[in-house]
Amino acid sequence: MLTLAIRRLMAALPSLVGVVIVTFLLTRALPGDPAAYFAGPAATVQAIEEVRQRLGLDQPLWVQFGNYIGDLVRGDFGTSLSTGQPVGFELATRLPASAELTLLGLLLAVVIAVPAGMVAATRPNGWFDQAVRVTATAGVSLPTFFTGLLLVYVFYYILGWAPAPLGRLDIFYTAPPHITGFYTLDALLIGDAETFLQALSQLVLPALTLGIFALAPLARITRGAMLEVLGSDYIRTARAAGLTPTRILIVYGFRNAILPVLTVLGMVLSFLLGANVLVEKVFAWPGIGSFAVEALVASDYAPVQGFVLTMAVLYVGLNLAIDLAYGLLDPRVRIES
Amino acid sequence: MSAASSTFLAHARHTLGGNPVTLVAACLAGLLILVALLAPWIAPYDPLATDPINKLQPPSASHWFGTDQLGRDVLSRVIAATRLDLAIAVASVALVFVCGTLAGVAAGYLGGWTDRIVGRLADTIMAFPLFVLAMGIVAALGNSVGNIVLATAVVNFPLYARIARAETSVRRTQGWVEAARLCGHSELSIVLTQLLPNLLPIMMVQVSLTLGYAILNAAGLSFIGLGVRPPTAEWGIMVAEGATYIISGEWWLALFPGLALMVAVLTFNLLGDGLRDLLDPRRRT
Repeated sequence: MLTLAIRRLMAALPSLVGVVIVTFLLTRALPGDPAAYFAGPAATVQAIEEVRQRLGLDQPLWVQFGNYIGDLVRGDFGTSLSTGQPVGFELATRLPASAELTLLGLLLAVVIAVPAGMVAATRPNGWFDQAVRVTATAGVSLPTFFTGLLLVYVFYYILGWAPAPLGRLDIFYTAPPHITGFYTLDALLIGDAETFLQALSQLVLPALTLGIFALAPLARITRGAMLEVLGSDYIRTARAAGLTPTRILIVYGFRNAILPVLTVLGMVLSFLLGANVLVEKVFAWPGIGSFAVEALVASDYAPVQGFVLTMAVLYVGLNLAIDLAYGLLDPRVRIES
Repeated sequence: MSAASSTFLAHARHTLGGNPVTLVAACLAGLLILVALLAPWIAPYDPLATDPINKLQPPSASHWFGTDQLGRDVLSRVIAATRLDLAIAVASVALVFVCGTLAGVAAGYLGGWTDRIVGRLADTIMAFPLFVLAMGIVAALGNSVGNIVLATAVVNFPLYARIARAETSVRRTQGWVEAARLCGHSELSIVLTQLLPNLLPIMMVQVSLTLGYAILNAAGLSFIGLGVRPPTAEWGIMVAEGATYIISGEWWLALFPGLALMVAVLTFNLLGDGLRDLLDPRRRT
């Protein structure tokens, strides 16, 4: 298992190198002259030259790349012009908000889509199967920002069940002490039920918005994988041996169908991390996505680049985790290694 | 040839007959394209003309979709946006269709270092969450419609390159390619006249599926303030502007452009699914 883990880690390295090269190139491709940009609109030619030297922009490209790597290793993503704080610090303080939202969204999607796909596969082309298919196709066609707004309109404006879509906590509440950075989890850990419920009520709608978007590919692939597994010989044998349908479906069927589902999870995460940006904007969620959007609007580029790099590194890491989980779940992968 | 085309038509009839959804999707796609082409003539009002007296009017007989915060007619803006959004999507898909397919065919046919470079390029793009990469590209290259088209094409590149590569490497050793070579076709002529036409049906399915994604991507970028700028009518911007009013109950500002966006994406997704069924040999019985 350890050799497998090391091999997977090595396989992820080229992606990581590619990510760093691309983000470096994006840094260099700033509209206009980066030195003139960072020097500000009122800068003289001399001031611009000074900034150019200070930023190392007069060096050959490969030296600049070396400096860039050096900065990244030290965790220096530059400084945000709009907040005046180091970008690394800003991203680190906002990451828990995004992670809490994305993870709950993914959890909701898995909890709904996987059982739905399984049941749909037991009666292919039945009414439940058709319903799942239509819902799934509609779900993937819904722009996340539009779904979010619809949910806000229905559950906040019309029904009044949800709080105003303005961040992680109502302004009358104070954030729980920082343990994990997840408000709901932290509130539970200190036993503050009221803050927990308040944080959860803020979290439900944005997480649901993300979940609806991720439902479709998960339900579809679960259904397909289950159909294939349920048609196989060992399921027929299990049926002939008189095992209960539930046992066949879950123990023999699902455990084999879980592998393709895991494979598609990588793609789903790509969608989710992207959609996260839009959902954070709709719900004024103080995560890294809305931070990047605010910076974009203010033409403040360092945060955007830091954000793109962070997201890509997270995504490479998550894919690595999926690969490792694959090795844990499928004995064949372990034997091959 | 006529026998072959009549079999194809019969097959198309069979598959569409079994799947009326595809037929509906095809009709809707036709309608969308028609609206996009005729936009300036069918819009009841000028999409940019403001009318402060009649601002934020709910849908009525004179303004079917209501008016926005500046008194502009929402229906006219949705129609004008159809044209712009479809144009962006079509341009980016056309770009990636040509570049991605050519790169994939070159990788699959030539193998060696061409294959390695194209493969590495595709892997690197896939290492990013795609929407985030598109954001980064537009932020770095500058905030313009052209760069939205480019960014959307770039994030779709791996899909096209991979499919074209896989299909080419399967076909390049097949008998009919050998036969063409023996008949004196040059390598270039084999690729252009034998391989590419064979790939087209498979690539067309991707075109339809990625059109939906391209629309979603472009609208998403505009929603966060990239690319198309106000006062231009675009679905993403219109939803973003309407978002401010939805929490005070003026739902029509965001609902209609959002619905149009959803219908367009759903149409191209369903059409792509339908085309895939049409081409799937397993369903050709």
